[in-house]
Amino acid sequence: MPNPLNPKTRKQRIDDLAASTAGKGPAGGGVAVAERSVADAGHVEESAGVSLIASAWRRLRGNPVFLLGATISALFVLLAIFSPLLAPHDPTARLLIDQVRPQSNPIPGSQPGYPLGADSVGRDILSRLIVGSRQTLIVGVLATLFGFAGGLTLGTLSGAFGGWVDSLVMRLVDVMLSIPSLLLAVSIAALASKPSQWTVIIAIAVVQVPIFARLLRGSLLAQRSSDHVLAARALGVKRSAIVFRHMLPNALGPVIVQATLVLAGAIIDAAALSFLGVGNPDDRQPEWGQMLGAAQEYIYDHPALAVWPALCIIIVALGFTLMGESLREALDPKSRR
Amino acid sequence: MKLTRKATPVVLATTLALTLAACAQSNRDSGSGSSGSGSNNKDTITFGAAGAPELFDPFYATDGETFRVTRQMMEGLVGIKPGTADIEPELATKWEASSDGKEWTFTLREGVKFWDGEPFNAAAVCYNFERMFDQNEVAAGGPAGYWADVMGSFKSDAKNALYQGCTAKDDMTAVIKISRPTSKFPTALSLDSFSMQSPKALKAGDANNVTKQGEGFGYPAYSKNPVGTGPYKLEKFDEANKTVTLVANDSYWGEKPKTKKIVFKIIPDESTRRQELEAGSIDGYDLPNPADWKGLKDSGNQLLIRPAFNILYVGLNPAKNPKLKDLKVRQALYYAMNRDQLVKTQLPEGAMVATQFMPETVAGYNKSLQAYPYDPEKAKSLLKEAGAEGMTLNFAYPSDVSRPYMPNPQKIYEALRGDLEKVGIKVNVSTKPWNGGYLDTVDNGGYDAWLLGWTGDYNSADNFIGTFFSNLKANDFHTSATSYGAQLTKDLEAADSIVDEGQRSAAYEKINQQIQEDYLPGLAISHSPPALVVSDKVKGLVPSPLTAETFSTVTVSK
Amino acid sequence: MLRFILRRLLQMVGVVIVLSMLVFLWLRSLPGGTVSAMLGERATPARRAALEKALGLDQPIYVQYWEFVKRALQGKFGASTGVQAGTDAFDIFMQRFPATIELALFSIVLAIIVGIPLGYLAARRRASWFDNLSVVGSLIGVAVPVFFLAFLLKYFFAIQLHWLPVSGRQDSGIDATRVTGFFVLDGVLTREWDSAWDAIKHLILPGLALATIPFAVIFRITRAAVLDVMDEDYVRTAESKGLTRRVIRGRHVLRNALLPVVTTIGLQTGGLLVGAVLTERVFSWGGLGEATALSFERRDYAVLQVLLLMFAITFVVINLLVDIAYAVIDPRIRTR
Repeated sequence: MPNPLNPKTRKQRIDDLAASTAGKGPAGGGVAVAERSVADAGHVEESAGVSLIASAWRRLRGNPVFLLGATISALFVLLAIFSPLLAPHDPTARLLIDQVRPQSNPIPGSQPGYPLGADSVGRDILSRLIVGSRQTLIVGVLATLFGFAGGLTLGTLSGAFGGWVDSLVMRLVDVMLSIPSLLLAVSIAALASKPSQWTVIIAIAVVQVPIFARLLRGSLLAQRSSDHVLAARALGVKRSAIVFRHMLPNALGPVIVQATLVLAGAIIDAAALSFLGVGNPDDRQPEWGQMLGAAQEYIYDHPALAVWPALCIIIVALGFTLMGESLREALDPKSRR
Repeated sequence: MKLTRKATPVVLATTLALTLAACAQSNRDSGSGSSGSGSNNKDTITFGAAGAPELFDPFYATDGETFRVTRQMMEGLVGIKPGTADIEPELATKWEASSDGKEWTFTLREGVKFWDGEPFNAAAVCYNFERMFDQNEVAAGGPAGYWADVMGSFKSDAKNALYQGCTAKDDMTAVIKISRPTSKFPTALSLDSFSMQSPKALKAGDANNVTKQGEGFGYPAYSKNPVGTGPYKLEKFDEANKTVTLVANDSYWGEKPKTKKIVFKIIPDESTRRQELEAGSIDGYDLPNPADWKGLKDSGNQLLIRPAFNILYVGLNPAKNPKLKDLKVRQALYYAMNRDQLVKTQLPEGAMVATQFMPETVAGYNKSLQAYPYDPEKAKSLLKEAGAEGMTLNFAYPSDVSRPYMPNPQKIYEALRGDLEKVGIKVNVSTKPWNGGYLDTVDNGGYDAWLLGWTGDYNSADNFIGTFFSNLKANDFHTSATSYGAQLTKDLEAADSIVDEGQRSAAYEKINQQIQEDYLPGLAISHSPPALVVSDKVKGLVPSPLTAETFSTVTVSK
Repeated sequence: MLRFILRRLLQMVGVVIVLSMLVFLWLRSLPGGTVSAMLGERATPARRAALEKALGLDQPIYVQYWEFVKRALQGKFGASTGVQAGTDAFDIFMQRFPATIELALFSIVLAIIVGIPLGYLAARRRASWFDNLSVVGSLIGVAVPVFFLAFLLKYFFAIQLHWLPVSGRQDSGIDATRVTGFFVLDGVLTREWDSAWDAIKHLILPGLALATIPFAVIFRITRAAVLDVMDEDYVRTAESKGLTRRVIRGRHVLRNALLPVVTTIGLQTGGLLVGAVLTERVFSWGGLGEATALSFERRDYAVLQVLLLMFAITFVVINLLVDIAYAVIDPRIRTR
């Protein structure tokens, strides 16, 4: 969907900028006319623009799907922030190691003080799940941010300049998209000389780069020929200023939606990487995906070990996905009627 | 607006699906496909394999998945006594060495025929050996690896080869000449790679024509269509459905196979193999994860534990970390390790603390050696004496692999690392995937210390300590950087050449003692028994320490 | 139109050439490699050197690449070393492609059968509980890690209930004739109904696991498209003309809403053809996804190279087909 956000909402900014540059511009007289008309247009549309966000929010507020997603996400973030206070035990301490007998009792079961039992080295599962929320959030957020940053760079280059830059960047993006994303992530993780949480984050982020890049480019291209950009250009605004101050902010709507979805995907991907044996090998800092990956070894006889982190991942991923999907729908100008 | 065309693909797809479903519905429930001939046993054994056989000519194979299949079809002059690592007569009924140990006379079994009707005789034996010897450059560089290991070199470099020729003394007597006496003879001839195959089929299938195809090897037609003497023949390899089917050889010279067919179903995913067994769609699989052992037994399966024929060790590289040149430091590391606890808590049932670099079933094993006890105080004082308190050790483990001698490297590593840290050693944790740089770094000498191991190919001391230490110039332990390295290599070569078995064993026992007490090039950690698992319906499978199980005695009840 | 297709095909050639170089360099920059994978514990510096020489890996990288290109132009991509030793990588691709297509088609059909009606109904009852529940429900499948979902499916339907097989494409006891490599189709063509039925049973669990994401996407797009169309003027016109609901829905709403849905189905099918690595792995499905996982694990570069290049081509071709379909269906696009 090209141009999903109504560009007119931000036209006021162009007016400000146009006003500030008008005097310096060599063609002052002509600009004044243009300024007048742009300002008018912006003014006329102002109410419609505000109503887009307002109506989106109004609809979101009453949308149970959004509320469910937002509640889950908020609870998750709170849990991640306060997790060290909430965990009953030290998640790294091998408290029940004495009960672990690989040949007869590899996984200590549920018992007083340890409602979910312990893992194969005697660490309390409940505490690890609670504390694990923080690493999980960090992996998700950083992978999304890095992916976004990469996509921003490529997408801006491509969408803002067009021409051969665009062709080159888009072919690169095509190439990246054509490799199965999981394989790409696995091989990036495998490149690391010392696997760690960072390799996981970067591996997941790289996979997101082409997606963000395409999205941004689409939005930017749609705006290149739109009125406010043409106007700004006519006013002699510098190219970089047009891109960063006029085009990018308008392109962010779908990107934010995508970011919410990517965040959910990143949490799941971290689990997949662990499952494939290229996750973070150091498990002292718990992370859900890693816990789920490690639980595969015991999944047949001790499924609980896998079910708990899996449930956490499913709920959180679902929360972000629901939020993202309802945002997407609310921000889609087509569904505004 | 033309609307009809848009829906067409969907309609087509749906129709196709419905048609297919309708067709299928008109049918009977899928049968198991095995209607026995009246007995209580199934006529098929279905065994889960972790990978596809590389090819069916065992001479060019190097991996267990291939040998498991070819072992059912091919036999060598020398066989392996079921349940042990010892050799027994197979296609040769007896053998005898000349007094200098350089000439081996094999008396062949009468009445054996290859599946294609060719007689098995001395001419066939010599044809086989000459064929193995005469490899082109490509095959010599890779696929013919076992020959290169045992015999040193090929026809193009004949004077450096252990093998010096084969002659048919009479129709049923073959004589093999070797360049020097060696402990490898005749045990190494029990290797699956040295199986006897039909000369006629080898010729017809252009068996030696291994070519380089890109960055891999291309194999000749014969490798898909082998002819041997064994109890089973290859029926088909269904690559699309990933199954290998063997069928009984009715004219087998020995006891006829008890079950008509063996199907090897290729299931690369470890936990899926377990699920298939629990669902009853396979009758067994190899190398179950020790974490599953208890659960497998609890759900009524039989866990067949093989006697351990392997060694897990911590390799040390004195060239990389000069502190390791001091024997006291190496001993300190050994004393610091609580191996009793490691074996109890991290290794499968039946695992043992190692006292030397070979398992006790191998001739040359020194029974008098005691394991280095767990003594952290002694470790600390040794480190102090050596001036290496608080030394840093770059110690590595493979991140993504499970080997018979180390089912879970990370856990073994964590335990050892904890022990080392307790005596004040700073451990620098290194890890890489097995194929993804770990083995490369070990071979390039990139780690101070690392976890690795070995599963024996055949019953000889040389296959263990000879493999590890005899190549002075290039072994992972970098014994060339030590004062004892040259001597050790010389002693190993000398021991290997002793003709008399008693004397040879004594020599190896002495070397083992020196390795443990005076040299300590690495730290032998433990022996872990690998297992096989089969359902409760399976009878007659004898676990082999060499993983050389034969299925011809196996029955599966319905 | 023809020029458009030609241009896109030319671009594809460019993408493939660049990708082949990138992949070649990239694989060789990964630590470890084929030699380690082939030798395992037996790897010693001497054996390594011998094997590298035998495989030509001791040559400079540009020489290796040139050799690769020369072979590739003759249709030979080199023998596999890990997936199926000795078989040419391209043959492995051809042999496994039907398995992947079979599974992808099955999943996409599942996703369509459930996704389109559900999306339509959800849109008709917008913001109702039914709508909200189906939105949440469709997204649960997306949130479950596929290997965990696979375990649950296998555990309940195969191990506990014995309704369906655990893994693989066909029971090893069935002596099926292979014609096309599509097991269901083969069963139908040869009238071996039991093998066709068995192949279908093997398809169900991996098909379900794989269908979760396309189902969610198809559901969402159908729902959005129907919502869009219902507000269009011609639907209102039809309503005001007094046409029956059935006619309006069938002729105007659903048909017009299908355009984006068809596009989505095309793209999703393309995604399934290249992206089922985890699902195929855990169901031991002998397709391209499993080959991808195995060739990576075993550092079988010949196979991995071919797979990646073929994935890229598949990706570009599907995109092209979708664009062409778009142009055929919607004349407005053609004129642009």
